[in-house]
Amino acid sequence: MSTASKAISSRLPDIVGATHVVVDPAELSAFVVDGKLPAAAVRPGSKEEVAEIIKYAVSEKLAVITCGARTKIGMGLSPLRYDLALDMTRLDRTIAYDPADLTLSVEAGVPLGKLVEMLVGHNQFLPLFAPFFHRATVGGTIASGVDSPLRQFYGTARDYVLGMEFVSGEGVRSKSGGTVVKNVTGYDLHKLMIGSLGTLGIITRVNFKTFPFPARSHGFLATFKSADGAIDMRDRIATSPLTPLTLEILSPRVAELFLSPAAAIAQVSAPPAGVLSRQHWTLASAVVGNEKVIARYEMELRRLAAESGAVNISILGDDTRPSVWGRLRESVPIMLESSFATTILKITVLPARLKDTLTTVVNAADKNQLSWAAVIRGLGVIYFAFLPDERSDAAHRAVVTATNQIFEAGAALGANATIPWCPMEWKNTLQVWGPERNDLAQMQKVKKVFDPHGVFSPGRFMGGL
Amino acid sequence: MTSAPDAKRMDSRLLQDLTKLFGSDGVLHRPEDLILYEYDGSVDVARPTCVVFPRTKEQVLGVVEIAKRYKIPIVGRGAGTGLSGGALARHGGILIVFSKMNQILEVDVENQRAVVQPGVVNADLSAAVAHTGLHFAPDPSSQKACTIGGNVSENSGGPHTLAYGVTTNHVLAIECVLPTGELIRIGSPALDPVGYDLSGLFVGSEGTLALLTEITVKLTRLPESVKTLLAIFDTLDDTTETVADMTARGITPAACEMLDGYTLRAVEDYVHAGFPLDSAAVLLIDVDGVREAVESQAEQVAEICRAHHAREVRVARDSNERDLLWKGRKNAFGAVGRLCTTYYVQDGVIPRTKLPATLRRITEIGEKYGFPIGNIFHAGDGNLHPLILFDARDESQLKRVIAASDEIIQFCIEMGGSITGEHGVGMEKDRLMPLLFSEADLDLMRNVRAAFNPDEFLNPDKIFPNKKGCGEIHVRPMPVAGALRT
Repeated sequence: MSTASKAISSRLPDIVGATHVVVDPAELSAFVVDGKLPAAAVRPGSKEEVAEIIKYAVSEKLAVITCGARTKIGMGLSPLRYDLALDMTRLDRTIAYDPADLTLSVEAGVPLGKLVEMLVGHNQFLPLFAPFFHRATVGGTIASGVDSPLRQFYGTARDYVLGMEFVSGEGVRSKSGGTVVKNVTGYDLHKLMIGSLGTLGIITRVNFKTFPFPARSHGFLATFKSADGAIDMRDRIATSPLTPLTLEILSPRVAELFLSPAAAIAQVSAPPAGVLSRQHWTLASAVVGNEKVIARYEMELRRLAAESGAVNISILGDDTRPSVWGRLRESVPIMLESSFATTILKITVLPARLKDTLTTVVNAADKNQLSWAAVIRGLGVIYFAFLPDERSDAAHRAVVTATNQIFEAGAALGANATIPWCPMEWKNTLQVWGPERNDLAQMQKVKKVFDPHGVFSPGRFMGGL
Repeated sequence: MTSAPDAKRMDSRLLQDLTKLFGSDGVLHRPEDLILYEYDGSVDVARPTCVVFPRTKEQVLGVVEIAKRYKIPIVGRGAGTGLSGGALARHGGILIVFSKMNQILEVDVENQRAVVQPGVVNADLSAAVAHTGLHFAPDPSSQKACTIGGNVSENSGGPHTLAYGVTTNHVLAIECVLPTGELIRIGSPALDPVGYDLSGLFVGSEGTLALLTEITVKLTRLPESVKTLLAIFDTLDDTTETVADMTARGITPAACEMLDGYTLRAVEDYVHAGFPLDSAAVLLIDVDGVREAVESQAEQVAEICRAHHAREVRVARDSNERDLLWKGRKNAFGAVGRLCTTYYVQDGVIPRTKLPATLRRITEIGEKYGFPIGNIFHAGDGNLHPLILFDARDESQLKRVIAASDEIIQFCIEMGGSITGEHGVGMEKDRLMPLLFSEADLDLMRNVRAAFNPDEFLNPDKIFPNKKGCGEIHVRPMPVAGALRT
């Protein structure tokens, strides 16, 4: 028995009760991160227990990885050390929901799906329409910083999270923000937690703004012979008075994947025949409002599509829209399902550089003979997936070369680029967190305040944070 | 904290060094020149040792170097319209006023972004890009004077933040000088910069982490159509219940402001916007978006107002009428200033469901202490601005005003609210922070400050209560004339 496991088996049951400590290797295998098995997993039932566990981990110099449903546990670099898995799924209570104020406060382990059930009863929802929706927890979704198609209108978590409670790397319970919709009291420390991959603190509670469910919503799809046509239409929408809820562009391969068995993950029905084209680029946009508003949007979108050279236009109503939107939400998991070595780059650029950037990445893929798929969010976010046929050395070399070419070109394009998903054994040879940033030194200052002993996920985040 | 014992005295060598950097007329240090800079829009007063006006980031770096050498605190300042003492030199020192760094460096219409120096006036940016159909959405009532650097430091709001979000939702990247003398860039013009959200931390840090030298902001498309409604009520309860009901039904107008009878009479007398003199309160509501949506939303809003016994719901006929109504709202604090020698304004926030109870409580507190209280505020966000009117020349009144104000804040907190929605904590509300945050919460924030601003060399003794002298009340009234308020 290692020192870590000896220590763990003696103290952890005192904190959370023996039934909530996992040491059995078979059971522990569920908590593997990039091939590393922790000495134990622990399931705290309260924020106080979380704090105790961290204090204990600090005293024993244990490395802790916090997890929820573990749907995104493969993101980031491989951990340098990993002693203890901290499973947050028992913290799954709703602390407060005030539908008439449109505010909600939940513990971090609440599954996104459970929230939907609660909110829908009040005709409300949370724009955290994130991938792995049917399993993911609130805490994991926030900590991993994944975005959603709804960001076009509602922004990202940083725009609708009102406050948080968290436990620091010294085991101290802390909070920032509050539960009201407008608040400038103290530093917005909770913004730092979003996308920090659990390296600053353990989120125990999140306070949200909720939103009224739109009265009626339609899906608008237009297909194009080239990406340029679809991007032209994006540009025309951006300069119009229209404010659609979503605005996404899909490469032909994504349409093909959406029609393949891999799309079963989305758990939605098949899209109506002819709506998605395997030969074309598709622009997909959701519009909401009363009948008159929707009619206006449809009229304008049809005009803009025609001006941009669309080949075909389809409208999806309330009943058929989820078949495409469920797939759009799950485009990352669907792409991950579609190859043994899916490697996904996330690239953000100024919208006016979308065309150049796309040309650059497609060239890099083609030159290295890699098949690819792309989902582009209208605000300037590209998810570009390499889909090699096999997890071979040749595929590995091709992906390394292509991604390095993209990073090099990306610098000139003012892009932020990372590789959120790739095969774990390729991580050490890929620039998972992209090229080094000039503000790393500032981030190190933050890390030192929150996690001075380096308890949280050592080695997984950018620049060794 | 580094405020050296002699921080408030002007050292002749310090003056010499600053003069080398800014020229002989570029440094204010005579008492008569400093008076203006003792104040901001809040109730506090603090005199700086001297004032400088950098034109370049090199000069900002230069003044930081000099200040470090003399161990004298530095404080950044925009137009001085702040409402919590954020831009006051609490312990003396060099006040760095950014009004001369007021260039719009870049407008990128295609990508809906602009790069500005911190001293650019909020409304000037919107005016400069209006011909492109864009605007800078945060619109504090002081927008004709306040600077974007100040907005970013305070995370300013404004009436239209109800639908468009506050300043932090519109900032992409920041270039700034740390008190350690480093020039850094955080965030990025493209979305989702990699790593920790440092811009999210720096926006709203009230000038305690860095001196801003360049800001990249989002520009927002102007709506196709806007309708402004004025709903007139005979009771306060009907007015607040209208707002609560509108929120509960999920109707989010672009702005939803409430003016009670007391303030709107003052406003009408001043602006002549057509506010009804005999009503208990009005709601000033903007709905915007595509034409078809605006029409139906305006109808919905009017219907809810009528359901709560609005005596009348007027729709502004044209942009002139709309501008006049909004002028009344945005100048309201100044108008109230005509009614009394002094007022004290608060910025508490409550859940929208608690509006009726809170307004009733504020009225009771006013009666209990014998002060008239005017209410003019961002009702749609639950962000209150009760104005307590009193005579500051009477020492006993001042004490009672503070007691009344504390009772209001206490009630906001009991309702699940916050002590400040947009004005900031600054040096005005630091003593109230323990009402919301534990010592552990505050310590973590203090440690974050120390990581970027060691020894509190920059803007000392703000936001967080000083552990040494807590409980001390430093609130002082200010004369109201000319004050620009949100």
